[in-house]
Amino acid sequence: MTARYYYVLRSSWLRLLELIYWPAMQMLVWGFLYTYLYDSKSSMASTAGLLLGAVLLWDVLFRGQLGFTFTFLEEIWSRNIANLMMSPLKPAELAASLMLMSLIRLLIGTIPVTILTWLLFGFNIYALGFGLLAFLVNLVLTSWAIGLVVSGLVIRQGLGAESLAYSIMILLLPLCCVYYPVGALPVWLHPVAWSLTPTYVFEGMRAVLLDGVFRADLMVECLALNAVYLGLGFTTFILLLGSARHKGGLLTMGE
Amino acid sequence: MNNIEKITPDKNARAATGTLAAIHPPTEAKLEAEPAIALEDLCKKYGSHWAVDEVNFIVPKGWTVGLLGGNGAGKTTTIAMIMGLVIPTAGRAKVLGCDMARDRHKVLGRMNFESPYVALPGRLTVRENLNVFGRLYGVPDVNARIEELIEDFDLGDILDRATGRLSAGQKTRVSVAKALINDPEVLLLDEPTASLDPDRAEWVRSRLRAYQARRGATILLSSHNMPEVEQLCDFVVIMSKGRVAAMGRPHELVERFKCADLDEVFIYLARAA
Repeated sequence: MTARYYYVLRSSWLRLLELIYWPAMQMLVWGFLYTYLYDSKSSMASTAGLLLGAVLLWDVLFRGQLGFTFTFLEEIWSRNIANLMMSPLKPAELAASLMLMSLIRLLIGTIPVTILTWLLFGFNIYALGFGLLAFLVNLVLTSWAIGLVVSGLVIRQGLGAESLAYSIMILLLPLCCVYYPVGALPVWLHPVAWSLTPTYVFEGMRAVLLDGVFRADLMVECLALNAVYLGLGFTTFILLLGSARHKGGLLTMGE
Repeated sequence: MNNIEKITPDKNARAATGTLAAIHPPTEAKLEAEPAIALEDLCKKYGSHWAVDEVNFIVPKGWTVGLLGGNGAGKTTTIAMIMGLVIPTAGRAKVLGCDMARDRHKVLGRMNFESPYVALPGRLTVRENLNVFGRLYGVPDVNARIEELIEDFDLGDILDRATGRLSAGQKTRVSVAKALINDPEVLLLDEPTASLDPDRAEWVRSRLRAYQARRGATILLSSHNMPEVEQLCDFVVIMSKGRVAAMGRPHELVERFKCADLDEVFIYLARAA
C-alpha cells in the first residue's frame, strides 16, 4: 500500500509543493506577527515565541490528521476502495499504511517550514530538544486516532462526510488550549481540556519555553491517553466499516 | 422460496457447443467436492425493499456461471454479498467453504473481481497498478506475472501510461488483467466486455476462456450480452426482482421457455415479472 501512495506522490510535483505551500504561508503570517511583537518591546514580546511554537505544533496535529484522512479519501475519489476491500489487505494493514503516509507527508510539509522559520524569524523549534520529539510523537498519535474516526465516518456515510477532514480539528482548537493555558478556560471546561491529548503537549511546550522545564509527567500521561484514543479510533474504524458492509454501497462508493 | 439446486453436469451438452472444446466440463468427482460458491437463502433488505430475496444456487468448481437479470434485479447486490462487501440480512454466501460475511479474509487471496463500478487509481501507470495489486495479493514473482499479463492482454503499449488517461476499452483490459494478477481460483466478473467493441470483446472472452482452461478457475459472470453468456457459460441463473426466476444450461432454458435464443428467454422473464 505504501508503494501505491508513493507512486501517487511521485506522479505530481504540484502535490509535493502543496504539502509545503499551506504550512509555509501560515508560518509567514504568524512569523511576521512574532517579529512585530518581539520588536515592539511590549509585554507581549515575551510570549511571541510561544505563539510561533504553538502554530508549528498545531500544524503538526492538523497536517498529520489531514495526511491520514486525505490519503484514505484518495481511495474513495479514485473509486478504488472496493478493490482494496476485496484484496487480502486487512484493516490494520490499511491503517498502518495510512499512518506511514501521514508521517511522510507531515515530514515533507513540516521540515522545510521549520527550517524556513529558523532562517527568516530566528525561531528554532529544534531548541526544544528531546521535548520536541515527545511533543511530535504525541501529536502524531492523536492525529492518527482522529484520522481513523474520520475515515470510518467517510466509509460509513460516504463522501458527504469528507468535510469532517477539515472541520473536526477546528472543534478541538478552543478546547485543547493551543494559544493559552488551561487556566484561561472556565473551570467547568478544565476536565474537558485535560481529556484531550493536545492539551498536554501545549502545556508542556509552554513549560519548556517559559520555565525551561520539560514536564515528562505530562508527556507520559499524554502517551497513555493516546494509547487509549488510538485503540478507540481503530475500534471505531472497524465498527463503522462493519456498519458500511451492512448498509451496502462499498462497491459503488466514490461514484 | 427457491430450493438449492444441484447443478448436474451434462458432458454431451458441452461437446455439442463446439466452441468451448478446449474447456473440459467439471467431473462428477469435482461436483462431490465443496462448491466454489454457495448461496443459501441469501437475502438483503434495504429499508422496506428486498433487493435480494431468498436466493439459492451453487457454482461447482471449474464452472462458468452467468448471473443475468434486468436493471435492479439484484445481481450487483448478490455479487457484493459473494465478495463480502455487503453483509446479508439473512442467509449465507460461501466462497470456497468460507462464509463471506465472517471469514472473508481466509479466501480473499484466492479470488478476484472486475466491476464497472470500481476503477484502478487513475494517477498510477498500468505497470504501477499491477505491481501494487500483485503485492497486495502476495504474488510470489510479481514482475514475472506482470510480464505474462502484458503478453496475454496486449498491454505493452500502454504499460507506462497513467491508467486514468486510457480509453474505456483499455481500462477494461487493465481491470481484467488486475483481476487475474493472483491467478484466482474464483473470478467474479461484472459486465467484463460492456465498454469494448465487438472485436475486443471477443478477444477478451478468448483470454478468459484460455485462463479458465489453464487454471480450471470458477467464473461467475454478470452480463447483458446474451451471445456472450451463451458462449462462455456452462450454466445460467436469471434473477428478477431480487429472486431467482430461472436457472439451467443456456440451451435448456431456451428449450424450456420455447424461445429462439437466450435473449428471448431474458426478455420473456423480464416482462413476466
